[in-house]
Amino acid sequence: MAFVQNVPFFSIMISMFAGIVSSILPAKAARRLNIVATTLIGAMSAWLLVFMLQSDMGYYTYMMGHFPAPWGNEIRAGVLEALMALIFCIVMVLSLMGGLHKLDEEVEPSKENLYYILVDLLLGSLLALIYTNDIFTAYVFVEINTLAACGLIAIRQIGRTFEAAVRYMIMSLLGSGLLLMGICMLYDMTGHLLMSNMKESIAMIMEEGTYAVPMLVTIGLIVVGLAIKSALFPFHAWLPDAYGYSTVSSAAMLSSLVSKGYIFLLVKIFYRVIGLEYIAGSQVLNIIFWFAICGMIFGSMNAIWEKDIRRMIAFSSVAQIGYIYMGFGLGTEAGMIASVFHMLMHSATKSLLFISAIGLTDASGYKRDFFEVTGAGYRNKIAGAGFLVGSVSMVGVPMFAGFVSKLLFAEAAMADPSWRMFPAIIVLSISTILNAVYFLKTVLRIYTPMPAEEERAKGYVRIPWKQNKVYAAAIILFIVLNVVLGCNSKPIIMMIEEGLRNFM
Amino acid sequence: MSRQIPQDELNKKKSYRFKQWMKGEVDQYVGIMEMQRQEEVGTSENEVKKHKKDQEKLFADIYDKEHNWVYKAFFRFYKLAAVVCCIALIVMLVVTVSYLPPVGNPDNPAHNEVVEKYIEDGMQDTGAVNIVAGMILDYRAFDTFGESNVLFIATVVVMLLMRDDKKKKGEDSADMNYEPGFDKILQQVTFILFPLIMIFGIYVVVNGHLSPGGGFSGGAIMGAGLILYLNAFGVEKISRFFTENTHKYICFAALSFYCLAKSYSFFTGANHLESIISTGVPGMIVSAGLIFPLNICVGLVVACTMYSFYTLFRKGGY
Repeated sequence: MAFVQNVPFFSIMISMFAGIVSSILPAKAARRLNIVATTLIGAMSAWLLVFMLQSDMGYYTYMMGHFPAPWGNEIRAGVLEALMALIFCIVMVLSLMGGLHKLDEEVEPSKENLYYILVDLLLGSLLALIYTNDIFTAYVFVEINTLAACGLIAIRQIGRTFEAAVRYMIMSLLGSGLLLMGICMLYDMTGHLLMSNMKESIAMIMEEGTYAVPMLVTIGLIVVGLAIKSALFPFHAWLPDAYGYSTVSSAAMLSSLVSKGYIFLLVKIFYRVIGLEYIAGSQVLNIIFWFAICGMIFGSMNAIWEKDIRRMIAFSSVAQIGYIYMGFGLGTEAGMIASVFHMLMHSATKSLLFISAIGLTDASGYKRDFFEVTGAGYRNKIAGAGFLVGSVSMVGVPMFAGFVSKLLFAEAAMADPSWRMFPAIIVLSISTILNAVYFLKTVLRIYTPMPAEEERAKGYVRIPWKQNKVYAAAIILFIVLNVVLGCNSKPIIMMIEEGLRNFM
Repeated sequence: MSRQIPQDELNKKKSYRFKQWMKGEVDQYVGIMEMQRQEEVGTSENEVKKHKKDQEKLFADIYDKEHNWVYKAFFRFYKLAAVVCCIALIVMLVVTVSYLPPVGNPDNPAHNEVVEKYIEDGMQDTGAVNIVAGMILDYRAFDTFGESNVLFIATVVVMLLMRDDKKKKGEDSADMNYEPGFDKILQQVTFILFPLIMIFGIYVVVNGHLSPGGGFSGGAIMGAGLILYLNAFGVEKISRFFTENTHKYICFAALSFYCLAKSYSFFTGANHLESIISTGVPGMIVSAGLIFPLNICVGLVVACTMYSFYTLFRKGGY
């Protein structure tokens, strides 16, 4: 076995260990440790990705301990897993860098090192969700992920974040509970917890036709549980406050990483536990499809009505999660590829939007109202540029990541043989227009100059990029990531295709 | 013939005081047990008025169910929907369970080669007489590592919510002294029970690989012992041997040992290298390879977690 194949194990253990060590470190050291560890893991994931692309083994399993798979724990790595880990690490480091100055302001200094513990463990749990090949291990790390996310919201100690954190906790624990019930029933029917063994037993069960009712309920419980945790449309009530009021790094991480971790787990369950052909034949997929379609419309409508720009971006997430689930709802290979690409695109773009929105509100006297950010693009040029790129990417202008994913969705919908083609195409176009309405109106607003005397009267100041170089660097790197995803989409789509093929 | 003893000496005698207490002449605890007196919360008249006015306005504007028919309908619908959803979920789950394989049937899918190997080869593979310990700390040690990190992160989240860092600086720190820390009955009982509880907890942890028990249950017992001690003797006494820093370093040491030791074991296992950890002779106290130290680690983490939950919820600090 090549040494590079140890990377998944090392990535999980390094991030967990960094979290444990952070508990005795002061805040500054914990921050450095976190950034170093995340960068290191990102670099290692890139190494693994290159190795997986060059070798022709497709995927490999890695024994966690001295006992082979059905008895011991096992993790599994392939092209897609390495790609996910790489993008997650990049987005995490950049989100943290972009929000550092707010962390100093908004978090009690004596509690700041706790924040880095949470972030480290969050990364560890995300990596474990990505790499695991055992559904119970997945559940354990879902728990860590949930608690870390609650802490990330509650670390900014004002009334609304407490409320948001409590609401998030209740909804998220409901989701965990449903997922756990689903896992228990699956174990009862198959007698296995390892994904590949489960898949074999489920194929047998499906052929024999025993357990048809519990299987349907189980799929429903798992899908609904993970949908609640990743804020699919009717279960999104916790989302706007949680993303809108938490400190900006947390908002960026929650929207771009935490929800994606659960969605990736769902993809794994579709492919590696239940099997895509059985999922496609089940009624659950129709429900997902209609929820997603509603989410795409209502999320965008809510974003249009919203006056607070942080909450507007948060509502936009509801619509984007709807896109991802619509791709699942199509039930075809192409739909899945589009969804996975959209996950990457959304994590790169949404965190950019949150990070740059905070620069705009800082330049507008910390007011978040839509009309107060007039001309903020001139007062804080780098944040304005970031918001512009993020918006056009979300709307789907060529050259940027959003265009590619919309194109993939449209192609997938066109190629769909069933009745789902028409609603998908129609809603895709409507939702794109609605996206354009609320994002471009904000872009126009931030580039509408505010008279100089009014600016002075309100006490708004210009923030040159040199004032906070880390922030500027984070935004520029995010823009680069977006352009890379947009202009260089072909190899990435090929990687996703190959990864999903290996999932079979 | 009994000698008359002076009144001062008589007062000090336990039997005399007991008699007094029986007769109801004297309350032993008056003047000894201190409690913090509740202070009235800021009650300037204007504030009360303003608060009332705000609340009335809030209810008039938003929650006026009398006139706002939307809210009236919504709240009715909400309650109805909640009840209907819960009943639907319960019915669905009960119906589903009736389709699942019956409990205890030997032909169940769950009775397969996985369970068989755990039962048959468990002791040989792991060196642990207690199969459960072998399963959670050797076969599936990665899951248990996650589980102990769940406890760790739960403490971190409670800490960031409840820990009152401002208290340390301000005059509120005197608050520590105002607690019912002199309850004689509780103290005497704790005096006898605390060592027994701790020894029993340690026994359960240390014997985890030999008999039922292990880190999770033993740690819970030790945590309960610490909570009892805190209640009987107060913060000052317990902070002689258990403070926030103790908790921090114990958790750190236990979890990092778990992480590093298991990393070694995972790495050697996955790369098919020779491991220096031997399983030893099953049944000996030092045996079963890593299970013995890992049980101690888990026990320490669980005890610290339980105790710190208690103190954080009680006073927002140690």
